[in-house]
Amino acid sequence: MTKVRLTVNGQPWTVDIDPRVTVLDLLREHLGLTGAKKGCDRGQCGACTVLRDGRRVNSCLVLAVSADGSEIVSVEGLAGDSDLHPLQRSFLDHDAYQCGYCTPGQLCSAVGALAELEAGWPSAVTDKGSTPTLEPEEIRERMSGNLCRCAAYVNIVAAVYEVGRSA
Amino acid sequence: MRKFEYLRPEDRARAVDLAANPDVKLLGGGTNLIDLMKIGVETPEFLVDTTRLGLDEIESRADGGLRIGASVRNTDVASDDRVRERFPVLSAAVLAGASGQLRNMATVGGNLLQRTRCAYFQDVTKACNKRKPGSGCPAQTGANRELAILGGSEHCIATHPSDMAVALRALDASVLIETEKGAETIPLADFYRLPGERPDIETNLPYGSLIVAIDIPAPRNGARSSYVKVRDRASFGFALASVAGVLRVADGRVAEVALALGGVAPLPWRARVAEAQLMGAPAEPDRFRAAIDAELEAAQPRPENAFKVTLARRIVVRVLNELAGATREGEAS
Ligand SMILES: Cc1cc2nc3c(=O)[nH]c(=O)nc-3n(C[C@H](O)[C@H](O)[C@H](O)COP(=O)(O)OP(=O)(O)OC[C@H]3O[C@@H](n4cnc5c(N)ncnc54)[C@H](O)[C@@H]3O)c2cc1C
Ligand code: FES
Ligand code: FES
Repeated sequence: MTKVRLTVNGQPWTVDIDPRVTVLDLLREHLGLTGAKKGCDRGQCGACTVLRDGRRVNSCLVLAVSADGSEIVSVEGLAGDSDLHPLQRSFLDHDAYQCGYCTPGQLCSAVGALAELEAGWPSAVTDKGSTPTLEPEEIRERMSGNLCRCAAYVNIVAAVYEVGRSA
Repeated sequence: MRKFEYLRPEDRARAVDLAANPDVKLLGGGTNLIDLMKIGVETPEFLVDTTRLGLDEIESRADGGLRIGASVRNTDVASDDRVRERFPVLSAAVLAGASGQLRNMATVGGNLLQRTRCAYFQDVTKACNKRKPGSGCPAQTGANRELAILGGSEHCIATHPSDMAVALRALDASVLIETEKGAETIPLADFYRLPGERPDIETNLPYGSLIVAIDIPAPRNGARSSYVKVRDRASFGFALASVAGVLRVADGRVAEVALALGGVAPLPWRARVAEAQLMGAPAEPDRFRAAIDAELEAAQPRPENAFKVTLARRIVVRVLNELAGATREGEAS
């Protein structure tokens, strides 16, 4: 067992855990936060996406011991003190899901993706050497690490686009 | 996952000490290693975290090149202004790989040493000479659609999955390492090994090596560079074939060229035969085609992956046409 300190959705935790435990399993099995989902457990689906120190990551591939000292935000913490995060509101408005299994990961990923776009980080569809601009094409490329088995993609892109535009 | 002990050394010297133990695996972003530990392909007793050793800087070198620390995240390589300006092919190759989340986690060192995605390698119930030397290679006659057409052997036709390494190979990068015996620089040209009879030995890295950085020499004056990747889906997929191209044209002739292919060989494949034919030749599509045809004469396609020969030819011609076109525009403007 190893002692790990991290902040989860603003709350500090100190836990004694087996080094094999991933951040995803820590959230779900140890802290009772079942928002982040386990789709593949191998980095292939994005359902487990959370923010680690502000950056989106696949929590199924991060060992909790290696995340010692970091700040994790899962879907439960996105809205902070408000009722819903603008992206959550927009997903509702655009009907951006069907079964909802991928949604927590989509939401965290979208928060990260919009921040990355805002910071000017390029993507594979950004013109060489230029600053990326908010376009549906950019959102599709940047959200490609989040699969949706119900194929709600069209509405997901619209929901993310609207929040990006009004920001 | 098998039980292991997690260690976080406080400095490089300690990490190098620990790396000398055969039961140790070094941990970068974990996007490949943790995955392989879950499926039982990797079973280390100790995991040594290399991400907090201060190897996370990108520095300009005196010659105009760059030194990229081993722990720099893939995202930070791709979005660094110096990388984008001096080595657009590197930024493009990194961005063509994996997903935003994975690139935020993956490190440069880990990316170089990621293992093949061959289905037999990943399935511990199957034979695989890379995973279990001498057990056989079912891919030779089995599911080989994704596998190598160049550089394979009867013992292994696994491909190296990295996009980043393909660009680095075209840019003549070197890998800086440290072992108990000291520091060493290994050109990427000598870094990876072809499988031959020992597909389990993938690199020429000395035992217990800690990768500390990658050096990229100054960009070639006036040369353009670009990356083209083809995969089964529009994004978030490994390459079926990819090419990193660097080209400089002067007076309508090829003055400098570097071509590295991904997804078609056990290592990032530098197309030396094609390059030799192109040097000094007119920068024209038929010359481009003839050059890559000469390179691909060595191809040994398997039943399911013969399409890669055509694919590789087309993307090489495409990248050279694009780069030659860009050069002409540059001269006109
Ligand atoms: C779903 C999915 C899709 C992907 N798609 C692509 C793709 O399209 N293109 C692509 O190129 N890649 C792709 N990848 C692979 C990804 O790029 C690699 O997993 C990643 O680059 C590995 O880096 P890491 O830091 O996470 O390495 P780790 O998993 O931490 O380590 C990988 C290996 O490197 C060794 N290592 C790590 N750091 C050091 C060091 N400093 N010194 C010595 N050894 C070290 C480890 O011991 C281990 O053997 C994909 C991965 C996933 C899961
Ligand atoms: S559960 Fe982590 S990516 Fe699928
Ligand atoms: S809404 Fe069902 S998986 Fe996306």
